Amino acid sequence: MKYIEEFRDGDLARRIATRIRAEARPERSYNLMEFCGGHTHAISRYGIKDLLPGNVNMIHGPGCPVCVLPIGRIDNAIELATKHSAIVCTYADTMRVPASPAAGPPQGGQHPLGGCEPRASRGSGESLSLMKAKARGADIRMVYSAADALRIAQDNPARDVVFFAIGFETTTPPTAIIIRQAQALGLANFTVFCNHVLTPAAITHILESPEVRELGIVPLDGFIGPAHVSTVIGSQPYEYFAEEYQRPVVIAGFEPLDVMQAILMLVRQLNDGRAEVENEFTRAVTREGNEKAKSLVADVFELRRSFEWRGLGEVPYSALRIKESYAAFDAERRFGIAYRSVADNKACECGAILRGVKKPTDCKVFGTVCTPENPIGSCMVSSEGACAAHYTYGRFKDIEVRAA
Amino acid sequence: MTKVRSDYVRPVDFKHGRVDMTHGGGGRAMAQLIEELFARAFSNEWLAQGNDNALFTVPAGRMVMATDSHVVSPLEFPGGDIGCLAVHGTINDVAMAGARPLYLAAGFILEEGFPLATLKRIVESMAAASREAGVPVVTGDTKVVEQGKGDGLFITTTGIGVVPPGVEISGDRARAGDCILLSGTIGDHGVAIMSLRENLTFETTIRSDTAALHRLVATMVEAVPSIRCLRDPTRGGLGTTLNEFARQSGVGMLIHESKIPVRAEVNAACEFLGLDPLYVANEGKLIAICPPEDADRLLAAMRAHPLGAKAAIIGKVVADAHGFVQMETSFGGRRVVDWLTGEQLPRIC
Repeated sequence: MKYIEEFRDGDLARRIATRIRAEARPERSYNLMEFCGGHTHAISRYGIKDLLPGNVNMIHGPGCPVCVLPIGRIDNAIELATKHSAIVCTYADTMRVPASPAAGPPQGGQHPLGGCEPRASRGSGESLSLMKAKARGADIRMVYSAADALRIAQDNPARDVVFFAIGFETTTPPTAIIIRQAQALGLANFTVFCNHVLTPAAITHILESPEVRELGIVPLDGFIGPAHVSTVIGSQPYEYFAEEYQRPVVIAGFEPLDVMQAILMLVRQLNDGRAEVENEFTRAVTREGNEKAKSLVADVFELRRSFEWRGLGEVPYSALRIKESYAAFDAERRFGIAYRSVADNKACECGAILRGVKKPTDCKVFGTVCTPENPIGSCMVSSEGACAAHYTYGRFKDIEVRAA
Repeated sequence: MTKVRSDYVRPVDFKHGRVDMTHGGGGRAMAQLIEELFARAFSNEWLAQGNDNALFTVPAGRMVMATDSHVVSPLEFPGGDIGCLAVHGTINDVAMAGARPLYLAAGFILEEGFPLATLKRIVESMAAASREAGVPVVTGDTKVVEQGKGDGLFITTTGIGVVPPGVEISGDRARAGDCILLSGTIGDHGVAIMSLRENLTFETTIRSDTAALHRLVATMVEAVPSIRCLRDPTRGGLGTTLNEFARQSGVGMLIHESKIPVRAEVNAACEFLGLDPLYVANEGKLIAICPPEDADRLLAAMRAHPLGAKAAIIGKVVADAHGFVQMETSFGGRRVVDWLTGEQLPRIC
C-alpha cells in the first residue's frame, strides 16, 4: 500500500539491522531512550528489539500522554462530571486511567456516585476511572477530536460541557482552535480543562534527575526524538540539551523503519563522539516546525510555573494553562478546581518506569495484579505505555517460550 | 349503502407508518404486522401453521444449536444489514460444528417509532438471505419497547443443525503441529461498519463480507473429515479467535503476518483509525485447524469455493503451556497477538 508498506519493509529492516550490528562496537553499550509512546508502541508491535544486537538497549521514556497524567487530575475530571454535573469529553485512552479510590468530594462517608468503596479505603487498588464513573451515571463521552467536544457543547446548550484536554505539543493546537472557535461562537457552556504538557521540559528533567546525573543508575547515551511533536515545535528546541548535556538526538517518525534508521544514526553519532540533533523524519519535520500552530498555541496558552507529572513529580514550566484573555473557557477558573496531589499505589512502579529507572518486568504487580484489563498504574493503560506495550506484544520473551 | 367490504382491513402503511406500542400488544395490530410482513416474507409451511412453535421431525444423529443476538449500528451498511447478518451469523455458528443447518428461529425487539419502511426492507433482506441459504425461519417472536428503551431494532436468531457422522470439530482439539487456515481477507465487516459511524464518516469501497458459510464448510468437511477446529472470527477478529482456540486446546500458535490476507483499503482505514486488522470483525470468514498432512487438501477444497477463493495457510499450532499466540511480523520481529483489551469497536454485529 502506498506510503504505509514502504515504511514496514522487512528486507530493508534486515539491511539496516545488519548495518547496526556491523557498526555497533562490541566493547561498549548503546543505551537509547525513545521519548515517545508512539516509538515504544512501534518497537513492541514490530518486534524491533529482535533485530538489534544485545548491546543496543532501548529505554522507554515518559512520552505517553495518559501515562504522565497524575491521579489528582483524573480526580478533578471526575469531579467535573459528578459534583458539577458537566458533560466531560475526552480521548479514549484517558477513560481507563485509574483515579484515586475516593475521587470526588466525600458526602457523609458515601461515595458520590452511590455506594461506598469499602475495599478502596484500605488501599487495595480498587480505584475509580472515568470509565467506571460513566458506568455509575456520570456523563462522560469519548471523542475522536477536540472539534467533537465543541459540537457536543453546541448540541447541549443547557449543559456545561468540558473538554478534558490532554497531550503533548501535537494535541495542543487543536485545543487552541476550539477555544478560539468557542469564543467566536459565544458559547457560554463550553470550557476546557487544560492538561497539555511540554516535551523539552520533561527531557531536561530526566537528564537533570539524580539517577542520570549523579548516580548513573540510568545510563542514557542518546535519544530518539518525538515524531509528531516535532512536526509542531520543530527540531530546534532539542539543540539546547544535545549541546548542554552532550547527548545526541535523532528525530524519527513512528514507522518501524524510521526507528531502525534512527537507531543506526544514533550509533554512528556515539561512535563519532558527536552530540547533535539530527532529523530522520525530514518528510514531516523542519527545524522551525509549524509556525501557524505555534502562534495559535502562543495566543491561547501560557506556561504554568509548575505541573505535576506522574512519575516525574513537579516539573517546572512543563505544562500550559489558558491565558487570562480566554479565561471564560477555562474550566479550572469557571469551576474553581483545586488540584490535590495523590500518591500512586505503593506497589506500582510507573514512576520509576517513566523515568527509565526500571523496566516493566521489574515491577512486582506487572502482569499479575496489573494488566491492561485492570490497570493499577497508568503505564498499563494506553497502548503507548511501556507496560501495556510490553504486556501486549512482548511478554513471551520474559518466560523463554520458544515456538517449537 | 357503504361500499366498504365487511372483511376489509386497511393494510399496514409500510410507506409512512411507524412501529407503535400496539404492534407488540398482542392485538389485531400485532397479528396484522406478523401476517403482512413476517409471515409473507419468510413464507414457509411451518409459519403457515400459525402456531407459536414449529413442529418438525429431527433426523437421526447429533444436533447442534446456536443463538446469536444482533445489535449492530447502523442497521444498514455497505454489503448488508442487520437482517441478513442475523441469518448468516447463526447459520455460521451452527456450521462451525461441521453441521448442516436446518432451521432458524428469530426474535425481534422493535423500538416504538421505528419506520415500518425500514423494518420491511430489513425483514425482506433477512428472508432473502434465509431462502438463499436454504435454511428457513420457522418460528419467531416480536416485542415492542417504548421510545428511548431500544435502538430501533434488535434481532436474535437461534438455529439448529445436524452433524454428519465421523465429524468431530471443537475448539479444544488443536494439537501441536496442526496447520491454521484462514478462508479470506480479514477486517472487511468491521471497517464497513466503522465507515458509517458518527464522527468518523469516511468514504470507502469496502463492503461487509457477511455471508453464510455452511456450504463452504460442507465442501471442507467432505474433503477433510479430520478438521479439528472451525470458527468464524466475528467480534474480536482473527486475534481473539486464535486466543480462544489456544486456551481451549492448551496450546500456542505461531502465525505469519505476511501470510494473512488483508485488503489494501482495510489496511489503510485501520491505519488512520488506529485499529489492528487482526482484531477487526468479520462476518463471512472462517478459521480452520487440521492435521498437517491434510492441510494442502483442505486449502484446495477451500479455494475451490467462491467464499474461500483467497484462503491461505497462515501458521501452525505449537506446544506452549502459556498459550501464547505469537506472530512473526512482516518486519522481521516477533510479537504476541494478545487478547483484545477493552472494546475496539462497539456494536459491530
